[in-house]
Amino acid sequence: MRGGDRSLVLSVGVRLLVPTVLLFSVYLLFAGHNHPGGGFVGGLTASAAFVLRSVEAGEPAALARGVAPFRLLGAGLLLTCVTAVTPWLFGDQLLETAKLERDVPVLGVVKTTTSLPFDIGVYLVVVALVLVVLGSLGDEEEHA
Amino acid sequence: MAAVLILHAVVAVAAGVSARRLQAKAFLVAALAPLASVAWLVAQAGSVLDGGTVVQHIEWVPSMGVDIELRLDGMALLMAGLVSGIGVLVFAYAAWYFGPRADLGRLVANLVAFSGAMLGVVLADELFLLYVFWELTSITSYLLIGTEDERAPARAAALQAILVTGGGGLAMLAGFVLLSQAAGTSTLSAILADPPTGATVAPALALVAIGALTKSAQFPFHGWLPGAMAAPTPVSAYLHSATMVKAGVYLLARFSPAFAADHRLWRPAIVGIGVVTMLLGAVRALRQHDLKLLLAFGTVSQLGFMVALVGAGIPALTFAGAAVILAHAVFKAALFLVVGIVDHQAHTRDLRQLSGLWRRMPLTFAVAALATGSMAGLPPLAGFVAKEAAFEALLHDLGGWALVGIVAGSALTFAYGARFLWGAFATKDRIDRSARTPAETAAPAPAFVAPAVVLGVMALGMGLVPGVAGRIAGGAARSLDANVESTSLYLWHGFNTALALSAVVVVAGLLLFAARRQVEHAMSRPWIGPTAQGSYEASVAGLNRIADRTTGIVQNGSLPVYLGVILLTLLALPGWALLEGTSLPSDIWIAESPLQAFVAVLVVAAAVGTAVTRRRFAAVLCLGAVGFGVAVLFIVHGGPDLALTQLLVETLAVVVFVLVLRHLPERFESVRWRLGNGLRITLAVGVGLFVTSFALVAASSRTEAPVSEAHLALAEPEGGGRNVVNVILVDFRSLDTLGEITVLAVAGLGIASLVQARKDDEAAEEVDHARG
Repeated sequence: MRGGDRSLVLSVGVRLLVPTVLLFSVYLLFAGHNHPGGGFVGGLTASAAFVLRSVEAGEPAALARGVAPFRLLGAGLLLTCVTAVTPWLFGDQLLETAKLERDVPVLGVVKTTTSLPFDIGVYLVVVALVLVVLGSLGDEEEHA
Repeated sequence: MAAVLILHAVVAVAAGVSARRLQAKAFLVAALAPLASVAWLVAQAGSVLDGGTVVQHIEWVPSMGVDIELRLDGMALLMAGLVSGIGVLVFAYAAWYFGPRADLGRLVANLVAFSGAMLGVVLADELFLLYVFWELTSITSYLLIGTEDERAPARAAALQAILVTGGGGLAMLAGFVLLSQAAGTSTLSAILADPPTGATVAPALALVAIGALTKSAQFPFHGWLPGAMAAPTPVSAYLHSATMVKAGVYLLARFSPAFAADHRLWRPAIVGIGVVTMLLGAVRALRQHDLKLLLAFGTVSQLGFMVALVGAGIPALTFAGAAVILAHAVFKAALFLVVGIVDHQAHTRDLRQLSGLWRRMPLTFAVAALATGSMAGLPPLAGFVAKEAAFEALLHDLGGWALVGIVAGSALTFAYGARFLWGAFATKDRIDRSARTPAETAAPAPAFVAPAVVLGVMALGMGLVPGVAGRIAGGAARSLDANVESTSLYLWHGFNTALALSAVVVVAGLLLFAARRQVEHAMSRPWIGPTAQGSYEASVAGLNRIADRTTGIVQNGSLPVYLGVILLTLLALPGWALLEGTSLPSDIWIAESPLQAFVAVLVVAAAVGTAVTRRRFAAVLCLGAVGFGVAVLFIVHGGPDLALTQLLVETLAVVVFVLVLRHLPERFESVRWRLGNGLRITLAVGVGLFVTSFALVAASSRTEAPVSEAHLALAEPEGGGRNVVNVILVDFRSLDTLGEITVLAVAGLGIASLVQARKDDEAAEEVDHARG
């Protein structure tokens, strides 16, 4: 599937799909608390988008192009850990969650909880893990 | 107190970072931490020496009764004073000792961290807190011994040190657990004030003693200390002579007064080991050519002396032990600093190559003479005063073979002390001409010698004005044992037996030194019997062999065998329990809807296909079909979250398979099994039956209300979300999630590094081929 013999339909289809799927994964992440979804599912969906992109490019190395998977991994883990210990600073239990309700201009009343950053961390770790694993397995194949 | 400890941690980081710009002068930054500690100790000294204590209590793990309890009493003051006081001097010295080198940041940070950990050991009044600091000193010591990590001997020495002291530390931890169980508290001062009794106390004490004896390099665990001389000399001076190796002595000193009377084995065992170590170390010191090794064996010997004194648990001996701890720290640190100066200026530590240094560096020589005199027990130095107190106490309270052994050990100490001074500084005729001291050996810079001079003057001062040393050692001894009465040290006792013994020591030592050639010759014959070092090496080698064999059996590399063992265990244990204790529920629904039945049939068909096909790719696709079928079942059951996750995981799993499959042959190879396919099929069917019936039985045997009801009820009010699955993941069970994603991250790193390692191997092979 390299070079000129790429399918035009696949190419255009993927280009349309990838941003949509990524957007959908973010929707899943934020909607997760009240509707089906969440950080784990959202992360998997986003990884699927990356996989699609590399299939279109025809080489596994394209998987993580433009992102640094190890940084994502670290950032995700850091975010969850920080979220986990922050309640301590306020004298609460580890991983205690609090509900927030704010009136945001344009968006109206936004309800959220402090577990959202935790979920974002999960999302990042899942995406990064898939990219790291598929990236290294695909990479290996190229050298073999 | 906690603030002092935290300050060490902060300074460790700051000094480590500043080393990049300041190079060795970063040690002056580092000296701020022990300096602050000294200032604080001086402020407390007056009241503490009069019997007061300073305590601090911080809650740590209240549910387990483990808190941060710090306590400064007389003994802690003595030890902390040595740790911080000698720390300041060694740091100041190190600023001159080290030239520019890349690893200074690591070195200085480790050294300050050690200093803080060691303070923690002597200030901790809670067994488990003490253990944590204890192991921190072992770890920093390991890192410091291995400073020159590109040298194999340094790495081996570091490893031996941490294996021996770490192993002893684990024994000590077990002892602490038993002891705190028996006493009902883990507060050290409370345990010692009211010693527990019971069957577990004796083994607990034995385990604690093992920890202390390994740390203080007592026979037969002493082999690691001479090896530790692979560390840079300032490190050796600080950790492996003045402070860390005294941690064991410190612990024995704390325990002996409380337990020696009730446990009849304690006194003979500890005192015996101490005396044997004292003699063995001194004899070994007599035949060393490397000045630093000579001092190291001397340290082993002196530690034996201290262990014998404090291990008796007799008030007068405890007091003498505290005095010896004080005197030893001062003269031994000074001697190590002197060795470092000699090595730094003359570029050798071999006493066969050094000659005439007393003329070239008179100040250093003067310090060395004072320190050696103190070690040998010559008046009017601190070592003499302390040793007199020890002889006096031994004569009155213990006597017998311990006294004989210690007098003999002191004579040997005199002999190797003289050998040290002669070896380092004397002008020798019969010197190895090929490698004699370079003529350009220069006198060291005054600032370089200054810390050693301070210690040398202290060795003299404490001897001339024994009242001060007596007050410090007395405060320490009284905090160890309330029965300590006389706490005065004297330079002049009058003509008595102790003085006569000192005279015997000096005469015997002089004779041994005069006959040094014959002594050295007699000892150059190799020892044929078992050695401590040999038994250490044999046990490490044996451990490796056992590990190799175990791995060879358990990890034989055959995937079918691994799976077979796991599945057989599954059938044998829970499967058997299922057959024995339960029966299948009577009302089993085959399917709730035609769609469910249809999907189930598809899943089964795909599963059979996976097992039957010979083509790998087809097997992967069939496996994927099984997964997607299960996802459909989840949807039918009303679990969109689960179905979504299942679908995505299956998709990505297929992608992973496709990536890996390219490396594997297209078809499965048909492997002939010795036991044939029959066993495989039986096992597979058995496991299938077990899992099905287990699911049925488990679902029908609920006796309590399911936890899901509580979760459903609490999701909105507590977790603030209507998606219970997600609320469980990020709120109710978020600690599990945190653990899981950590595992995920580690697994990802593992896969990436395994693949990378293979690639590196392949690249290396290609290079080899090209060179071929």
